[in-house]
Amino acid sequence: MATFILRRTGTMILTALCLTFIVFFLTNLYPNLEKLAKTQGNFRMSDEEVASWLGNRGFLQPMPVKYGQWLGILPGYVIRGTDGVLRGKCFGRHMAREDAPRFCGVLQGDWGYSLRFKDEVRAIVGVRLGLTGWLMLMVMAVMVPGALVMGVLAGMREGSRLDRTLSTVSIVTTATPEYVSGVIFIAVFASSAVGLKWFKGTATAAMNDMTFQNFALPVLTISLYGMGYIARMTRASMAEVMTAQYIRTARLKGVGFAGIVMKHALRNALIAPFTVIMLQFPWLLNGVVITETLFNYKGFGWALVEAAGNNDIELLLGISVVSVIVVLSTQLISDIGYVLLNPRIRVS
Amino acid sequence: MEPLGWADITFRLLIRFTPVWISLIAVFALSIRFRRRLGLYGRLFGSPIGMVGFGVVMFWALTAIHAGLFHLIATHDPLTQIPGMKNSPPGTPVADARTSGAYAYFLLGGDNLARDVFSRMVVGSGIVMLIAPLATVFAFMVGITLGLPAGYHGGRLDAGLSFIANLILAFPVILLFYLLVTPEIVQTGLPSYMAAILFVFPLVFVAVLVNARLRIQPGKRNRVMAATMTPLILLYLVAVSQKDTALSFLPARLDPFDIPAGILVVFVSVVFVNAPTVFRIVRGLTLDIRTRDYVAAAQTRGEGAWYIMLWEILPNARGPLIVDFCLRIGYTTILLGTLGFFGLGLPPESPDWGSTINSGRKLLSIYPHSALPPAFALLSLVLGLNLLADGLREESLKD
Repeated sequence: MATFILRRTGTMILTALCLTFIVFFLTNLYPNLEKLAKTQGNFRMSDEEVASWLGNRGFLQPMPVKYGQWLGILPGYVIRGTDGVLRGKCFGRHMAREDAPRFCGVLQGDWGYSLRFKDEVRAIVGVRLGLTGWLMLMVMAVMVPGALVMGVLAGMREGSRLDRTLSTVSIVTTATPEYVSGVIFIAVFASSAVGLKWFKGTATAAMNDMTFQNFALPVLTISLYGMGYIARMTRASMAEVMTAQYIRTARLKGVGFAGIVMKHALRNALIAPFTVIMLQFPWLLNGVVITETLFNYKGFGWALVEAAGNNDIELLLGISVVSVIVVLSTQLISDIGYVLLNPRIRVS
Repeated sequence: MEPLGWADITFRLLIRFTPVWISLIAVFALSIRFRRRLGLYGRLFGSPIGMVGFGVVMFWALTAIHAGLFHLIATHDPLTQIPGMKNSPPGTPVADARTSGAYAYFLLGGDNLARDVFSRMVVGSGIVMLIAPLATVFAFMVGITLGLPAGYHGGRLDAGLSFIANLILAFPVILLFYLLVTPEIVQTGLPSYMAAILFVFPLVFVAVLVNARLRIQPGKRNRVMAATMTPLILLYLVAVSQKDTALSFLPARLDPFDIPAGILVVFVSVVFVNAPTVFRIVRGLTLDIRTRDYVAAAQTRGEGAWYIMLWEILPNARGPLIVDFCLRIGYTTILLGTLGFFGLGLPPESPDWGSTINSGRKLLSIYPHSALPPAFALLSLVLGLNLLADGLREESLKD
């Protein structure tokens, strides 16, 4: 088990390095840097001016060197620019040259500075993650129990009318991406055209003061899309368990139907959905970006869109680091959890 | 003129779709008549779920064909703005329609730029129904060409390819889209290079397919190879070479068409995101099937590795692959919508469903009518594909 976890963690770190390098490479391509120079300097810069502006700020070093500095395994650059000013990666913004450390990268906790929000990337990511955390928590609280109940109810009597109804519902929800269900929800429950106005069509207010009225629609929007999928997995797993020999034995011994479902079937039926739920996290991340944009809830996903739309390189990098870590660690947890829950799987 | 009521609007919408109804009935009548001879497709008409799903999918496919090729169904031009129709509610009559000869009503209202919502939805189906299935086919070509050897040979090849596939899968899709589809990245030519690589896979697939089958008859193989590969290679060169981009090598006279830059970028990124999942499915199926007796028999006969993969393993993996193909078209449709929703890739005036939902959502709480029709269209298409996949799964499990 220990070697299994170690190997998985090793692969995970390698994957994280590759992914962040790809993001770093793509965000640091020359057209992006040129745009950065023009928005930070001025728009009428000539090509040579752009090049010297970038050169002075260390942007024209070779890509692996820049990546190493950003990561914090190579010492930050110190360049005397063509304009005579001494600039370095680790000093200038908030630190004098004398007390600046030699290394300042993500590993040292220096995530850079966001040009869009005029703040430290680490602070922004922290705040936005907190906001999204609440959203995710609510989504999980709605989605997981809802999906499991739906799946178990559908799977315990395969082919019954209840099963067919619930299966249809779950197919419909998997066919409804967030931007469709969100639009429909807003139009029906929040627009002046239909006139129900039960909920608010924007969740901006929920950032400070979360109420049922302003938070219900975004939570529902994200949960619905994932719910159908988890419910279908649970149903399949439940239906399989219900045909197993030990369920028949229990029934022949005279255990009531409720007892069979609760005591014998449920535990074994929930192994498969656990993996599925963990693997839903990357999906939720997608849903979060769409829903936060649609409902104008200024969380992590909203920050991603802002960073990408405004060429905010360092913020985008910070956000990708966090999302890559989230995705990879949920994969790891799902693998380990599967092994722990299912004694039949032997890990070599 | 009076605005139309809802009964009138529904009636007129049904009338507008007349060509679709006729062709739909023809397709169903023919398929049910000959269902015994049509294999899996024919058996689909034995399952109600599959039939409903197939009907919905065919509805949109036929709408796309009629609207795209014959300019039927749509009442107005999807890009023409008609003064006075801005945000008009469904059923609003068009001023001076009689003199200009235009259709007299905006059946589903006008959007915030005074264009007809109904026509945009109908024409948009063409874009979706063109890109989604085609991108899925390409993703399958890539996934099959790489997944078969990875599963069959295993070892280092498998480890390497699986690592790359997991790498792409661990990327949050939206981040990837933002990184690939921004104008600055397009300027570097990265999407063109990716297109050049991804478009090679169908060529490789066909070439290997032909070679594996006809290896022992070199004369026939060379003839078949030449006959299939020449048009494919020409098509490839024409598709990859684009004016004014990093890859522009064909002279203008030999380059009859250019894929619009926006569509190419969207296409490439959708294929790129889908291919790893297909790879994993094909690899898993191959791992399972290669232990069967008929594979061992072929190995004993001395067949080549590619022959076994393409002519022994692949046909036996077709059931799950066809089901996944249907689901994946639906998923690709969702991805396309996501791209449109964030205004990435396709031009903002494009009538595809994602872009129209995006432009409609800003005024959603006052004028919901411009975002809802494309939203329901997308929902129904994906739902139809899911039902179709369910029906196919049910029928293919029956043997």
